[in-house]
Amino acid sequence: METYALLGDEALALGAVHAGLSSAYGYPGTPSTEIMEYLQSVNKKEGKPLAKWCSNEKTAYEEALGASFYGKRTLVTMKHVGLNVAADAFVNSALLDIRGGLVLAVADDPGMHSSQNEQDSRYYADFAHIPCFEPVNQQQAYDVMFEAFELSEKLNVPVMIRLVTRLSHSRASITVKKSIPENKGVKAPDVKQWMLLPALARKQWHQLLDKEKEMKTYSESSEWNHLIFNESDTGVITSGLGRNYFLENADDFKTKYNHLHIGFYPPPAEKIIKLAEKCKTLIFLEEGEPLIERMVRGILPGNIILKGKLSGHVSREGELNPDSIRKVLDLAPKKLIDFSAGEIPGRPPQLCKGCPHDDTYRFIKDVVAGLSESAVMSDIGCYALGALPPLQVPETIVCMGASITMAKGAAEAGMKNVMAVIGDSTFFHSGLTGLVDCVSENASVTILILDNSTVGMTGGQNTILPSQRIKLISEGIGVHPHHIHVVDAHRKNHDNNMKILKKELEYEGVSVIISVRECIEYFRKKNKESKEETCS
Amino acid sequence: MKYDIILCGVGGQGVLSVAAAIATAAGIEKLNVRQSEVHGMAQRGGAVLSHLRISDSEIFSDLVPSGSADMILSMEPLESLRYVSFMKPDGVLITSNEPFINIPDYPELDTVLNKISKIKNSFFVDTANIAREAGNPKAANMVIVGAASKYLPLKFSSLQAAVEILFSRKGREIVDKNVMAMTAGGRI
Repeated sequence: METYALLGDEALALGAVHAGLSSAYGYPGTPSTEIMEYLQSVNKKEGKPLAKWCSNEKTAYEEALGASFYGKRTLVTMKHVGLNVAADAFVNSALLDIRGGLVLAVADDPGMHSSQNEQDSRYYADFAHIPCFEPVNQQQAYDVMFEAFELSEKLNVPVMIRLVTRLSHSRASITVKKSIPENKGVKAPDVKQWMLLPALARKQWHQLLDKEKEMKTYSESSEWNHLIFNESDTGVITSGLGRNYFLENADDFKTKYNHLHIGFYPPPAEKIIKLAEKCKTLIFLEEGEPLIERMVRGILPGNIILKGKLSGHVSREGELNPDSIRKVLDLAPKKLIDFSAGEIPGRPPQLCKGCPHDDTYRFIKDVVAGLSESAVMSDIGCYALGALPPLQVPETIVCMGASITMAKGAAEAGMKNVMAVIGDSTFFHSGLTGLVDCVSENASVTILILDNSTVGMTGGQNTILPSQRIKLISEGIGVHPHHIHVVDAHRKNHDNNMKILKKELEYEGVSVIISVRECIEYFRKKNKESKEETCS
Repeated sequence: MKYDIILCGVGGQGVLSVAAAIATAAGIEKLNVRQSEVHGMAQRGGAVLSHLRISDSEIFSDLVPSGSADMILSMEPLESLRYVSFMKPDGVLITSNEPFINIPDYPELDTVLNKISKIKNSFFVDTANIAREAGNPKAANMVIVGAASKYLPLKFSSLQAAVEILFSRKGREIVDKNVMAMTAGGRI
């Protein structure tokens, strides 16, 4: 059966459903968000699978572990930097006796379309000693879920599936398979293999190293790692979308290259050796970091010429594309039209017209203008766009929750007028513990929590708890009620909001200003949906 | 047969709906389609780009190579210039003449339009007026689909069926208005 044009994310989600998925947990993050959204749409129609957003990626991963402990097939979704948050749970889970298939679908963002870095999740799979699949098209993104669950239950390890933006957010039609029923709930048979006390963990580590040998055997015989010989003394090793761009250029090749595509990790060492024996030169086209190239190259020089990102033949930065790999493949650039458009001014993304963050930043900006020393530590979300003209208010943007904790560090180092600006969902994700730190030391920081009652940047998901509770939470943690203010993020309150901020900056202790107004996009979406519901 | 399209515009102009309409029509004709989109931060009021590839054989890359696009289809004149390097020497460029000015350094509109008219096979579509005359000012994006239709390797009836599918959830009236906008775009 054919279904029409699914995003890579959606194809993976549908594959998971057909492969017997029971529960899915995740935290929204571009480009991974649509996996969970698709699962939730299936749930809405069919009442299953369970598909839940969580406070953050770590809690999501741990909730999935619980479901796997009960023998159910479970999926965890997140973006690449989310795996940093989940890393503790993720790396340790490799030592557990996984019985209910546990799959982590993580979407990387080479080119940083909507992220703060280009980290390559394959390194995490390698670091945790677990298998990783890397689909290259929507059909593979669908198919891989069957094999990934099966392998997870066969080797009793979690399995990673690495996606990238161009696959997550590209559509194609796929052919679907027959569905597999869900696993029955059965508790893990040996709880000793779920308690990572040192004496027990040592045994588990030993077992994982044995499993790793099985992963390597699997890798050598897997069709995901496909070796083709042609009459050439040059071999090309592709991974991920590198394969697509390589094949896209195939019509222009003077001679056909030997080609090894790697879609399953750990990489197939024997296949690589076999290829190298026939080649004088090896070219590496990897979407992301030069992981395979680094493994092959080592440190000592060999007698084969290796061309890739480490040798400078392929750019270390950004995504691959059909054009950027032509030079290393000895092809001339494509012929362009005879026309120069000249300099085109950039059109960067910006806050929506009428966005409440705009009004919040405006009163902060006006307060900052009157201060001799100040810092505005910002965070991850739509409001990071306030760093661009005309606002240009944020001065640091690092990772989820870092606004509050960096503000504390700067204040304790002696800096005056330190502010943290954090969104409501980011606060629930990773801001709470930072606020606890601030209160425990009564740090002299002013924390502005932007409550737009939604996860705006990723398309308007609900915050994990109603954002009105942030006031009570702040009180409960121990911020003095006199220094908690709920203000309306609207320009008509500009002067009053300025006054409150100025006053709180003078206070030597923790202040929380919750700046409230509903996200304008979310507000529109909600109106539209309620209208449609009344229509139908 | 292989047909590559670069779709562009500004976040909020309905570029992804243009992509969805053409891609769905290609699906109806049993052709292979790959359509890359932009989500998340990049979407907010910034330049939006979607690569759409249609073929009767396997499509490998989600991205259109430089110098390979059969068509540049743009909801905004300045944006059409941004991606001109994707255009094939014998490709066509179809753009709305309606500027979307949300940046302080937007060049003089006449300069932009003049530049575009120097490109061989470039066409302007008065999307705003045509959409208004067709009774649906919001359907400027469907006007551009209509304008593209005579160059696309797709039947007009497939595009019409695609619009029916895409808007069916919103009721008969919305479907008809979008089809009318597309038809009006096809007439020019």
